[in-house]
Amino acid sequence: MELMTPLFAILCPAIAAALILPSRNHPNIREGWTIAASVTMFLLVLSMAPVIVKGDTIRYVLFQSMFEDIYIGFKVDAFGEIFAITASSLWVLVSIYSIGYMRTLNEHAQTRYFFSFCFAILGAVGVALSANLVTLFIFFEIITISTYPLVIHEQTPEALRAGHKYLAYLMPAGAFLLFGIMTTYYLAGTTDFAPGGIKSLANASPVIITVLFFAFLLGFMKAAWMPFHSWLPTAMIAPSPVSALLHAVAVVKAGVFGIVRIVGYVIGMDLMHELGLWLILAGIAGFTMITANLFAISQDNLKRRLAYSTISQLSYIILGAALLTKDSMQGAMLHIPFHGYMKITLFLCAGAILVATGKTRISEMAGIGKRMPVTMLAFSIGAIGMAGIPPVCGFISKLYLCLGAWAVGSPYGIIFLAVILISSLLDVVYFFPIILTAFFSKPMGEISGSGEDKVKEAPLLVVVPLTITAIFSLIFFVHPNTFYIFDLAKMAISDLFGGV
Amino acid sequence: MLLVEHFPVLIVGLAMFCAYTMLLAGYLNRKLPFFISLAMNCVFFIMSLFVLDHVLNVGPIRYWQGGWRPPWGIEYVIDAMNAYLLVIVISIVILGLIYSRGNVKSEIEERKHPTFYTLVQLMAAGLYGITVTGDLFNMFIWLEIASLTAYALIAVAGGRALRPAYNYVIMGSVGAVLYLFGVGWIYSVTGTLNMADMRLLLPLVYDNRAVQMGFAMIVVGVMIKAYIFPLHLWQPDVYTYAPSTISSMMASVHVKVMFYMLMRMFYSVFTLDFIRHYIGLDLLTCWVAAIAILAGSIWAIKQRNLRRMLAYSSVSQMGYILLGVGLSPFSPWGLVGAVAHILNHAIGKGCLFMCAGAIRQQEGLKDIRDFEGIGKKMPYVSAAFTIAALSMIGIPPTAGFASKLFLILASLDAAQYPFVVILLLSGLLNLVYFWRVIDQIYFVRHEGTKNAGEAEGRGKPLPLSMVAPTLILAALCVIVGIIWLTDIPLPLLDRILSDLRMGVTI
Repeated sequence: MELMTPLFAILCPAIAAALILPSRNHPNIREGWTIAASVTMFLLVLSMAPVIVKGDTIRYVLFQSMFEDIYIGFKVDAFGEIFAITASSLWVLVSIYSIGYMRTLNEHAQTRYFFSFCFAILGAVGVALSANLVTLFIFFEIITISTYPLVIHEQTPEALRAGHKYLAYLMPAGAFLLFGIMTTYYLAGTTDFAPGGIKSLANASPVIITVLFFAFLLGFMKAAWMPFHSWLPTAMIAPSPVSALLHAVAVVKAGVFGIVRIVGYVIGMDLMHELGLWLILAGIAGFTMITANLFAISQDNLKRRLAYSTISQLSYIILGAALLTKDSMQGAMLHIPFHGYMKITLFLCAGAILVATGKTRISEMAGIGKRMPVTMLAFSIGAIGMAGIPPVCGFISKLYLCLGAWAVGSPYGIIFLAVILISSLLDVVYFFPIILTAFFSKPMGEISGSGEDKVKEAPLLVVVPLTITAIFSLIFFVHPNTFYIFDLAKMAISDLFGGV
Repeated sequence: MLLVEHFPVLIVGLAMFCAYTMLLAGYLNRKLPFFISLAMNCVFFIMSLFVLDHVLNVGPIRYWQGGWRPPWGIEYVIDAMNAYLLVIVISIVILGLIYSRGNVKSEIEERKHPTFYTLVQLMAAGLYGITVTGDLFNMFIWLEIASLTAYALIAVAGGRALRPAYNYVIMGSVGAVLYLFGVGWIYSVTGTLNMADMRLLLPLVYDNRAVQMGFAMIVVGVMIKAYIFPLHLWQPDVYTYAPSTISSMMASVHVKVMFYMLMRMFYSVFTLDFIRHYIGLDLLTCWVAAIAILAGSIWAIKQRNLRRMLAYSSVSQMGYILLGVGLSPFSPWGLVGAVAHILNHAIGKGCLFMCAGAIRQQEGLKDIRDFEGIGKKMPYVSAAFTIAALSMIGIPPTAGFASKLFLILASLDAAQYPFVVILLLSGLLNLVYFWRVIDQIYFVRHEGTKNAGEAEGRGKPLPLSMVAPTLILAALCVIVGIIWLTDIPLPLLDRILSDLRMGVTI
């Protein structure tokens, strides 16, 4: 179906960015543009879902390129729609949160912040809606460049070093990706995503396909798989809303989104299986899941601990894709929005704590649950979800992953099932102490009556968004089909594996 | 004969004529030469668009000077390649002129202004001449005009510019003489100077040592002019100390026209067959280009002076174009990459040199390490610099990305995989040295020095005549980048490929 909706959706943040610059001296108008653009974009993206659930895809060709069989344009299928809905819906909440956060902390360069944010979201949704690898690459690079000013927002030497590290990982990744894309085009004559893989790629020699696979894997370094993960914890120097949306959702999810696209829509499940590439990918994912969680345990800085948790959770998605079964693939697809909502809750809470108390270290947070009950309750919901314990949506996606691993059969399936369970157990190990100290231990050196146990939450603009994301994490458990997510995932699976 | 067929010769003739008029007018009023030059070049621009349109829709223009038939008379031949180049050269000259309006005052004393503009106009005439001519000796004449004026224009500011200008005189003259000798050797065998005629006669004598020697001399001579690594030694100093307008014009179009001579020699006078089978230059060219790409970037990383860094970056970028030419025997995409990069580098590097000049004029800064806070003080120039730098790095959807795409595809198509790696690596090296500047402009903050910087006070704000061309070029980086991705340029590229007798279409 030809519809211009994807184009309009992409244009929303672009127009907002163009309007933000001239209104830099009027903060309220400036933030108004962001809010307006985010809401419009979300509605536009959501309006495509009913069409797609029916099994149709929305296509919009921007222009034919001079390369034969490559066009720049959008093709919205079920999987892309899931990611687009995740990114655009969370942008609305994070925009509101950003206003509260940035103003309370009286941050500098807010115009630059909101301007770059628009482009980052443009990139993320663009990646989701892209019809082929070339279009995807364009948006991918836009994400990399536009998030740099956000990462180094503090402009301290430390922040700049973090920014350089960020680029030093992600730009070479872009080069690998471009290499992969051009090789794909050269081999297959097309770069369009095709459910089940690009057919003409099957004729290429196994060695080249393997090289291609590794080029893509390195190209999607944004997925922060180990050992190429260390840019992510370093980038946590960014303001909390940036860490929340970009480094828990938009940037890193664009990475895993790309990997799932490669597995399911470019190289294809058959080739992955035939050449044994799935085992390599699953091995990397499994290794990352366990190791990242072990790293997380030793972190005292809350955001860094969350970063390692993100690295681990991203690999659940990669593992789901790598196992190549229906259930695991569905688990991977569901984990994109579900983990997005849960992790963003956690990051927003970390930001709220910073705003309200100025604390960043877990060891300083004893008794903070009494001061900020709403925030810490939301945090607990997110943390429970991370560990995959009901009644939070993380349970559903992890359940599907486990079923998928079981379906693989063979010793490998059992091993990966064990990896998932152990990793979830480790989640419990490092999240529950935070909740325990927050609610049940007394602040160190407490002087009674100092006002430490009075309720003093962060400003409303900060608390409301994180409450909403926490509530959504619960709603997704009760009703996974909110925003059509569950139907879309089922649709994507039937696309990939043919017929239900 | 249609009127449009007279346009090429009119452009060149009027450009020469108006240069001398400008000199005389300069005695009446020092401001007059600028306006004459600007007006005339705008007329040329419109003419060149007509020429391009005619060439694309009807076919190449062949103009016999004085009605003398070639090979006796001088022939002007305009096919798709030089019509395309002519439009680029004229438009960049116009933008450069507008830029110079605000810039010359700060760099050149006022009594020299009429001569300065006369020389710029003469240089432009020389460039137009090289572009349109179809005669090897006539090309030498225009080459000398374009070079001699360039030597003078570099030295015009005096002081530190004199030594690089002198270096350039020596190196440039060696290049020109080599070219002339080469033409002489070939003439001694074929007895003709007309390119088309020569192309017919030469295949019989490809084995002749004199022809091969002549070809080698021409190539080396032109390579000096186009500063292909390792013959670039004159260039960094020149670009660093010449007036900003001249650096910008030379980096964006002067060198492109010099390189165009090489392309004519490769495709129109000789054939790819000769280059591949008689002298085996194809892969060698690619490797020379690859070394140029990497060496230029690595030297650029070492620089602290912005303009010197840009100069080395140009060495590297000329390597891209040469790589495209080198790959063209294997894949048509190589030539597409070279043709595209001629335009992309012209607008990108032109913009960057204009930014460097603007920063020097307003804030008096040359060293990259002093650029703190420029982003606040000069928002438009900084934005233009960033966009052009992204284009140099090759971030989509800027122009540089398109070049990179074409060249990578060419390397894959030609099964020359090392060049894919080199191109991607070069993009990262570009990132290293351009990002350092962007960081300094926008993000680096040192406590303490901030106040000192503000105490110095800001220079006079830049006139619109300097900011506008810079911004136009920056906008072009994005617009052209998107156009290269679409199928709009396909007819033009097809025509260029067939006019350069590649014998294939894409």
